[in-house]
Amino acid sequence: MMPRHKRLLMVLGIIGGVGLAAFLALTAFRDNVMLYYDPTDLAAALPKETERFRLGGMVEKGSLQKTAGTLDVQFFVTDYKHTIAVKYSGILPDLFREGQGVVAHGRMQGNVFVADEILAKHDENYMPPEVAKSLKDNPPPPNVPASPEIGGS
Amino acid sequence: MFPEFGQFALVLALLLAAAQAVFGLVGAQRLDARWMAVVRPAVAGQFVLVSAAMGVLVHAFVSFDFSVLYVASNSNSALPTFYRVAALWGAHEGSLLLWAWILAAWTLAVAAFSRNLPASFASRVMGVLGIVSFGFLLFTLYTSNPFERIPLENVPADGRDLNPVLQDPALAIHPPLLYMGYVGFAVAYAFACAAMLEGKLDQTWARWTRPWTTLAWCFMSVGIALGSWWAYYELGWGGYWFWDPVENASFMPWLVGTALIHSLAVTEKRGLFKSWTLLLAILAFSLSLLGTFLVRSGVLVSVHSFAADPARGFFIFVFLVVMILGALILYAWRAPLLKSQAGFNGTAREAFLLYNNIALVLAALVVLIGTLAPLVNDALGMKSISVGPGWFSRSFPYIAMALLALVAIGIHAYWKRGRVGESRNRHVIGFSLALLAGMAIVFLAYGPGMWQSAVGIVLGLWVIVSSLFDPIDRWRRKLTLSRAVVGMTLAHIGLGVNVIAIATVESYTIERDVAVGPGESVVLGRYAYRFDKLEPVEGPNYEGVRAEITVLRDGRPVAVVHPEKRNYWVQRSTMTEAGIHSLWNGDLFVALGEDLGAGKWSLRAQVRPLIDYVWLAAGLMALGGALAASDRRYRARQAAGEGVTDNTAHAT
Repeated sequence: MMPRHKRLLMVLGIIGGVGLAAFLALTAFRDNVMLYYDPTDLAAALPKETERFRLGGMVEKGSLQKTAGTLDVQFFVTDYKHTIAVKYSGILPDLFREGQGVVAHGRMQGNVFVADEILAKHDENYMPPEVAKSLKDNPPPPNVPASPEIGGS
Repeated sequence: MFPEFGQFALVLALLLAAAQAVFGLVGAQRLDARWMAVVRPAVAGQFVLVSAAMGVLVHAFVSFDFSVLYVASNSNSALPTFYRVAALWGAHEGSLLLWAWILAAWTLAVAAFSRNLPASFASRVMGVLGIVSFGFLLFTLYTSNPFERIPLENVPADGRDLNPVLQDPALAIHPPLLYMGYVGFAVAYAFACAAMLEGKLDQTWARWTRPWTTLAWCFMSVGIALGSWWAYYELGWGGYWFWDPVENASFMPWLVGTALIHSLAVTEKRGLFKSWTLLLAILAFSLSLLGTFLVRSGVLVSVHSFAADPARGFFIFVFLVVMILGALILYAWRAPLLKSQAGFNGTAREAFLLYNNIALVLAALVVLIGTLAPLVNDALGMKSISVGPGWFSRSFPYIAMALLALVAIGIHAYWKRGRVGESRNRHVIGFSLALLAGMAIVFLAYGPGMWQSAVGIVLGLWVIVSSLFDPIDRWRRKLTLSRAVVGMTLAHIGLGVNVIAIATVESYTIERDVAVGPGESVVLGRYAYRFDKLEPVEGPNYEGVRAEITVLRDGRPVAVVHPEKRNYWVQRSTMTEAGIHSLWNGDLFVALGEDLGAGKWSLRAQVRPLIDYVWLAAGLMALGGALAASDRRYRARQAAGEGVTDNTAHAT
């Protein structure tokens, strides 16, 4: 084979390889991107039941219900404007508490958000930045205790 | 001792850093020996001053000086002494001071061991390090002063305690080791910038730079492994890697650093890849800075973002841009001067090292995309997103597979001219052995799992077998085994072990989250975890409960583990201490969840085969790197400009 042909073949091979890799990467990326919603977003329009997404907000005080002797829990997530019911079966992270910020991954089932993962935030004052932003956009009514400040471990 | 002394020492250190930068760089430009003579004393003085500042802060911690805001926020009278010292880097301000101190220490080492480098070159290296040091000290003083006082009338009686998750031996030493790596890449960066300023980069340059870079890489390997191990047993997650932004932040410079030490090998042995090596040196340090930026600015949603302050983020961002852009402009201007002369063909060792570099940089790119996509998206004002672990697990392993195959094949290639057939026996024997052993492991020991794991196990074994040929051959021919060869072999075996362990853990872990009451068991394959009882425990600054769980294999007890749930008084936070029993071939892991009522508790029970080898392998890699970095040819006194004399044909 002429060196020129060899080089042409190599260049074509590289272009093909890079193209294929880029295509696979794009697919993998699209499949794994999760959008963030707060309860107000959900009140406006519910995502499809097949879409896995992140839900963020505050765990409503007094809303945590456990089914005794099982891993099933249910609670409400609120941004003080709207509220959504969340179901979860599993071990809650150590710092999961009523009245604190939470981020959960999961899907809608009817009007209930079924979480498959609750994020473990290891700081008592921690508030996920997205939740903090939601609350800034929708300030809580005055009778709600001041939200904990961000960060500062 | 007054905390203000510490602050004063930092201000003086900042001035010395400025002097170090100016006299180092300008002095070298003017070739003025008197200017350059200022640099070494400035480096030494800076180290003394930053050490003094560290000492003042340690003293404040040990003597419970809660008038210092940082101490009051991160310590407590009930905190044991060891953690009071480690609390120094338990949060943002102190860890920056640690960063600055480690940089001062590295610079001091450079000053001490660069006597036989050309004066102008050494002066430029220290000048560039002076700029880095100046940036970090300014950042510390300007945005994050660890010596800030609380007004006298508000001084608390006791401190808010160190974050309980950080009260752990592995985590106490994890940040210093990781920073040794991050900051060590600053030395490689400074060597690269100095070479570009000199307009001269030869094999001698690579020989100076290599041991520093390899050492930084070793520290980083151990640092990352310790952090991963800590997340495993302390956070109760029971895994080794979660593609969390903070983890990724340290992994990216490690990947590029790995590429750099291999590219440096080519530059040292063959005088090739010069501009590529420079670019990697710039990239490795840029990613280290980016890592600091990601972890410390709180811009990313992470499972453990410790500090969140946009002002700090902005400062680091500006600093980052200055350091990267400055170096890249210098690169664009100077790199074309550094032409490589020698040629090589597509199956030579140089070529394989180039392919491995491409794979490593691609891998780093994949991690970078997954980590930064949410940030970029936010900056563009689009809807907030996050990238799930699926992105990484669907792309990273395949790049890793290609890389492993390249390592296993390329290890046998000769410099300059490689022919496909010349090491045919080694390829055939090596691959056959790996395939047979791998299939035996997969089918006899574990049973079929994911195909990716089977491929990973075979590739890992192939790397190990391949890397053994050369040392065994040398040993049989009674040749000396240099530290470089032994080190390289150890590091590559470490890579193989690491991959085998990861592949096995991914495919053959058994895990269940269950609700159990006393006397009940959860069955995981051949193992059963029996929940025996629960009892209260009390520690120096916490109280909690401790479960007793008996692990049975085929009905016979093999271990008793005691997972705990602790409540730390001061921060009122709950913590999980996993109960782990390590066998030679895997871990039995239990984390205690919470009281579920009706006499039941939640348990996270896992059997994780070979998981300890994930971390042990990192230790092996670091040990190999340290051996290679201490090879005779780096220790021998080198007259400046002397050419390459030692040519152990196979060592890279």
